[in-house]
Parts: sequence; C-alpha cells; structure tokens
Amino acid sequence: MKTIENLLEEHPFFAGLDTEYLDTLSGCGQNVVFQVGDEIMRQGDPANYFFVIRHGLVSLLAHAPGRPPITIQTLQEGDILGWSWLFPPWLWQFGARADTVVRVVRIDAKCLRGKCEEDPVLGYELAKRFAKVMVERLAWTRMQLMKIYDPPEKR
Amino acid sequence: MVPSADAMESVPYVVGKVRRETRDTFTLDLFPANGQALGPFRPGQFNMLYVFGVGEVPISISGDPSDPGKMVHTTREVGLVTGAMKRLKQGMSVGLRGPYGTHWPTEESRGKDVLIVAGGIGLAPLRPAVYQVLANRHYYGRVALLYGTRAPEDILYGRELKSWRSNFDLEVYVTVDRASENWRGYVGVVPNLISKAPFDPTHVVAMICGPEIMMRFAVNALLKRGVDNAHIYVSMERNMKCALGFCGHCQLGPKFVCKDGPVFRHDEVAALMEQWEL
Amino acid sequence: MPLKNGVMEMARIETDGLAGLVSAILDVGYRLLGPALSDGAIVYKDLESAEALPAGQEDEQAPGIYRIQKGNSEALFSYIVGPHSWKRFLHPPRIRLACYDRELNPIPETDSEDKVQPLAFFGVRPCEIAAIRIQDQVFLEGPYIDREYESNRKNLLIVAVDCSRPAQTCFCASMGTGPSAHEGFDLALTEIQLEDEPYFLVRVGTEIGERLLEAVPHRPANAEEISQRNAVLARAERRLQRSLDTTGLPELLRRNFDHPRWEQTGKRCLSCGNCTMVCPTCFCATVEEVTDLTGDRAERWRTWDSCFTADFSYIHGGIVRHSTKSRYRQWMTHKLSTWVDQFGTSGCVGCGRCLTWCPVGIDITEEAAFIRSHDMQSKSDSRKRRDGNENH
Repeated sequence: MKTIENLLEEHPFFAGLDTEYLDTLSGCGQNVVFQVGDEIMRQGDPANYFFVIRHGLVSLLAHAPGRPPITIQTLQEGDILGWSWLFPPWLWQFGARADTVVRVVRIDAKCLRGKCEEDPVLGYELAKRFAKVMVERLAWTRMQLMKIYDPPEKR
Repeated sequence: MVPSADAMESVPYVVGKVRRETRDTFTLDLFPANGQALGPFRPGQFNMLYVFGVGEVPISISGDPSDPGKMVHTTREVGLVTGAMKRLKQGMSVGLRGPYGTHWPTEESRGKDVLIVAGGIGLAPLRPAVYQVLANRHYYGRVALLYGTRAPEDILYGRELKSWRSNFDLEVYVTVDRASENWRGYVGVVPNLISKAPFDPTHVVAMICGPEIMMRFAVNALLKRGVDNAHIYVSMERNMKCALGFCGHCQLGPKFVCKDGPVFRHDEVAALMEQWEL
Repeated sequence: MPLKNGVMEMARIETDGLAGLVSAILDVGYRLLGPALSDGAIVYKDLESAEALPAGQEDEQAPGIYRIQKGNSEALFSYIVGPHSWKRFLHPPRIRLACYDRELNPIPETDSEDKVQPLAFFGVRPCEIAAIRIQDQVFLEGPYIDREYESNRKNLLIVAVDCSRPAQTCFCASMGTGPSAHEGFDLALTEIQLEDEPYFLVRVGTEIGERLLEAVPHRPANAEEISQRNAVLARAERRLQRSLDTTGLPELLRRNFDHPRWEQTGKRCLSCGNCTMVCPTCFCATVEEVTDLTGDRAERWRTWDSCFTADFSYIHGGIVRHSTKSRYRQWMTHKLSTWVDQFGTSGCVGCGRCLTWCPVGIDITEEAAFIRSHDMQSKSDSRKRRDGNENH
C-alpha cells in the first residue's frame, strides 16, 4: 500500500522536489477517487485544493449561461489540475468533470498556502513547477486559438 | 536518370466517385481512362492532378498502396483548381502524372514502435502508411496513431478511425481543438498527446503530417521525450508547378520539396523549419 | 584542346575568314544566332552574315547603367554581354507543353515544322559557356530530363570569343569563368586589333570545329601572334574591377540568414525581377493555362517566372516569402549558397548582368562582401537575431 508521499514522489510534477517538502505536501494531501461524471471542481467556487491526477481522464469545463458546459481541454494521468489556489481571489476559473474513474491526490490549498508563506523556498519550488505547467498550457491554448486547421479565408 | 516520354504530360483518369468527407474536404477515387495507369506508389508520395483548362496542383495519394489501380486523393477546396475538383462528377476526366517525391519510412521502421501523428487533412498523406503498417503488422512493435483536428465534425475518415481503433494491436487517440456539446473524447492539441503516447522513445519511428505549426510542436514534444531527430519524419508542402525539380517554386532552402521531399527526416530540415520566410 | 607536341595549336584567320566561318555554319544548316545591336543594347538574334555583327560598338556598364555607342575601331567584339543570354534559345521564355481535349487526350501539334534545325551560337563569352554548363546540370543531370532543353542543346555549335574589353560590372575571373575560354566550345576566337583590320586567333575544341576551320582560309599562328593574344588577355584581366570572394561563401550566407543587411537591401529592391530575367543561369518557370472559346481544347504553356513575384511562394491562403527582403535573400542565397548544395557548383558566373540591369543598382558582389565583413559568426541560435519587426 503506497503512502501519499510515495505517490507524490512518483508523479512527474514533483520530480526533483526535496523529500522534506514532499513530506509537507503529503501532510496536506489525501487520496480521492471520482466516479464517471463526478464534478471535481465547480467554476466560481473557492479554490481550496489542487489535484494531482494519478489515473483517468478529466474534462476542464467552461460554463456559460444558457448552454451546457464545453470541454476546453482534457487532462490525464501525469497532469496537474487547478492553479487558482495560488492567487486571490482563490476561486475556480473553470470547472472539471471526471470522464472516467479518476484517482487523484487532492492537496489542501489553504493548508499549503500558509506553509508557502512561512517557507519561501517551498513556495518558489511550487511556483516554478506551476509556472512551467502554465507556460505549456498557454502554448497549447494559443495553438488551439490559431485555428491552424481552418481553411485560409476563415482565419 | 529516368527518361521521360514527356514528364509534363498527364495520363487521363476518370472520376469513379466523389466522396464528401467533411464540410470542406472531399475524396476523389480515380481510375485509368484508357488502361494506361501510373506506376505503383509508396505512402507519402503525391501526384500532380490536372483539371482541364483550370490548372494543375500536387495532391498526396491517400489510398492503399497495394491497390494502385485506384488512385485516391483527399483534398480541401482552397483555390481555383481544388474548387474545380470539388465540382467533378462521376465519369469526368482529370489528368494525372506521378507518383512523385519521397515516402514514409514504413520499411525502415520495421522492428520498431511506430507513432503516427496527424493534424487535420494531414491524415490523408499518412493513411497509406497506416494501411501498409497494418498489412504487415507483425514487423512492428507498438503502433499508435494520434489524430487532431478542429472540431468533431471535422474528423477525417471517422469510420475508418473507429475501425482501426477496434484492432487490439493499434492504439488510436483522437483529439479536437474545440469540443462540441456531445463530444466526450479528448480536447486539446495533438502534441499534448505525445507525452503520454505508448512508445519507447529509444526505439520508435515517428511520422508527422499537418499544419507546420502543429508539426513543430509535435517534434518538440517528441524530442522532449528523448526521441532522436533522425527517427522523426515530417511532410512539407510548397507551391509546385512541375514536380520535377525544374520550376524552382518548391524550394525550401537547398531542398526541392518535390524531389527531396515531401517526406523529410527531421534532422535534415530542422534548421529550415525554424527560419521565417525561407 | 588540340595539342601538337604539347603546345596549344592556334590558327590565324582574317576578317574574310571569319565571314567564311559564318557562311560555312549556315551552309551546314544550323540556325545561327549571334550578337546584334538593337534598341540600344547588344542582343542575340539570327545572324545572317558577319557583316551584321555590331562592329565597333563599345558599351559602358555600371550598376543600373548601360550605355553603348560606336567607337573608332572596327572590332567585331568590342562590347560585352547585354540583357540577353543564350538561355532564351535553350530554355525559351515561352513554350507549349501540351494540349488536351476534354477527355484529357493529348492533341498533337498541327504545325509539323520539325524543330530539327540545330542551333549554333556565335560569339559566346567564356562566362556564358560556364552558364550553359550550369544549366546542363539542372536540366539534364537530375532525376528528370527537360525535353525542350535537351532537344535545343543537342548538336549545339558554340563559337566562343574571348573577352578583350570586359565591363566594369564583370567579375568572371573571381568566379573562374573568364575572361578567356578554356573548354566547352567547338571553336574559340580571340580578336586581336593591332593593325587597322583586326585578325583572329582560333582554337579548335572539337572535330566539328576543326572541319569548319578547314573550310576557311587559315594558317598556324606564329609566336608573335600568340604573344599578342596573351597581351590582349592580360589587358582584359586588368580591366576587371570587381571580384566576388567565394571562399566559404555558401556557409557564410547560410549562417547570416538573419543579417540586418537583408532588411536594408530589401528596402532598395523593387522586386522587379530584372536580375532573374537577365541572369544566364536562372531557370524558374511557371505554367499557364490557355483555353479557347469553344472550350474543347486546353493548352498548357511554360513561361519564365521569377522568385521575386509576389505569389511565387504562394500556398493555400498565404505567401511564404511575403517581404521583398525575403525574396531578395532567396535569390541571392540560392545563386551563391544553396545552388552549391543542389548542383555542386555556384549558380553565378560573374557576368555582371544583374548589376547592370538592376534599376536601383544593387551589386551582388558588394552585398556578399558586406556580409563577409560583418559576419554574424554565431552558427547556432540565430533566434537572437530575429527581426523584431516581423509579426509572428
């Protein structure tokens, strides 16, 4: 039976992180399982967690009034879900839904925020990693916006 | 050196079928009009298609290499000639010459994993490679196809993709840039699938075809996973008037896309793809 | 080059011998083409007799400038190359490729005038021989053969002439292509003008050349005449003002892809394409569709094209080389750099035409020299030098 610390250690997102910090994080972490169709986070709710996806497919959703939510990206094993916990107003910008059975380590953000303020090195290590994810997601999103598959006159 | 009867002369072919694939993509099934057929082709090669009085354009062959009697061309209406092609009817004639160009390394990748990455209409020049690999499946390791397009209604060869996916020994992942309300598949760009695709980075051959931006990102994702530049192949596209290396239009730096390509090993063109307005 | 006892054999002919040569060539049945003065420039046209040669014409050339006027001498080759090059006969500006009916069956040419009449070029400069050799590689030595070029090139008779009066725009010596012809000719002439009437020393290159020489009065050249020839050639070399340093040039241009000079020169360039039209090695072409009102037949015509045209690099909805800068760079780097990758030699023969006929006087030797003296050195990571003005 793996401990939370083992699971985090294995996850690519935390590669290279000091064991001491892995310990801190696992202290704030909990194993959670979502069933098909479960709402993992709701747009507009307080961002009290972020999720380390260990298994399964998650749809990142955008909600607009008067229409069903649209999937804007699919995340899967190896990905991180949720970064709104880092910045005020600490509210989810998007929703997320489990498309398959999804296993995550759910990290308590309120708990973690305090620890990052106390220990800036921990804060920096996490900020670096999240920034990397954001840069990559931004690149992907920009590519989605570029409408690269559209015929010329439509672009 | 191939002596040509006259290399710019087309052979008449007859339209057997015009199939609408998506809202702007269509496929022509063509057969020799007078029993004179073009030679066998290899996956990745193209023909020059001539529409009477309108013009001639290069189009990849997207049919089965083991059935060269039927020339299959999938294309999009993007100009005068392809617009005229879209309006062709069964029984009408087109001029064909070819096959031209370099081909996907389906033979060279025997004994390795195969990763096929296609974006949009880029699946069309890769389909013959899929056919060939599936027909000789025992030669290869893990085979995966990653396909991305704009939206669910733009998925090319949808039925075939589903049928390929139902093979136990072929993994097919389809993603879209923009989901529709009913879409339950992947959403996101194709290169994003590469980091998690099933292959051994030290023992794989990757074949990529799609918009240049997508190919560049896909290559980066592969390099990041430790795949060697010399095991990645891309298909480039440029304006062509002759396909014989004479008109000069298709030059990409020192390369003539018509005869040095369109399929290139990535290490040969990596620097060229980086240069703007080359 | 026929050698006798290890010494290059030369013959001397007089002006009437030269006229005889012209007649002999015509008698054999060649279509003879040679220089003529037309519309204020030396062009290549059908040559009917030696009298039609533009005697005494002297040209002055500089970037963007071409002037020609009659001088005092009666020399037959006192001028240098003009806007025409021999490619207009080997790789004609406009040819019909094919004609089809609606079922795509070919309709053969009705005018069965056999283009069997072989071509003869009279007064071919050494740089032009080099240019023909370069085009031979493009059209005859690749995976496909250009039938039109092959047919025109077959049995081509070349009567070369050494240059006695290079223009200021010439830089053949630095390209290894002149001012004297060493090979690739049937006959080579050097005009020597010491007395009132010029005489010619002739070198024989082939058996065909030898037979033609036999048809006209000639005698072996003596030592003094040979030394006079050497003096003419030495004088010609001294007249050369420009040079192009080709040491490591392909790599130099390759690593300076993002050099700011391209931007500067791109601003001067009008994208008019003159350089490509007059260049003896440029070969780009396009295909035009020609239909008639009945709609029963469609012709396809091949015409000269230029990489400077806006849609040369057009692919569905976009132009790859959008800016004039990128098109100028394409032309120059193809000519001096990527041509070497493609064909093993430089694409430039140093004829200087592109300097003369450029309306704004862009000088390819100056461009190359500038980049060489301001080499950006770093071979990797040209990203740093990417032009900030481009939208990407």
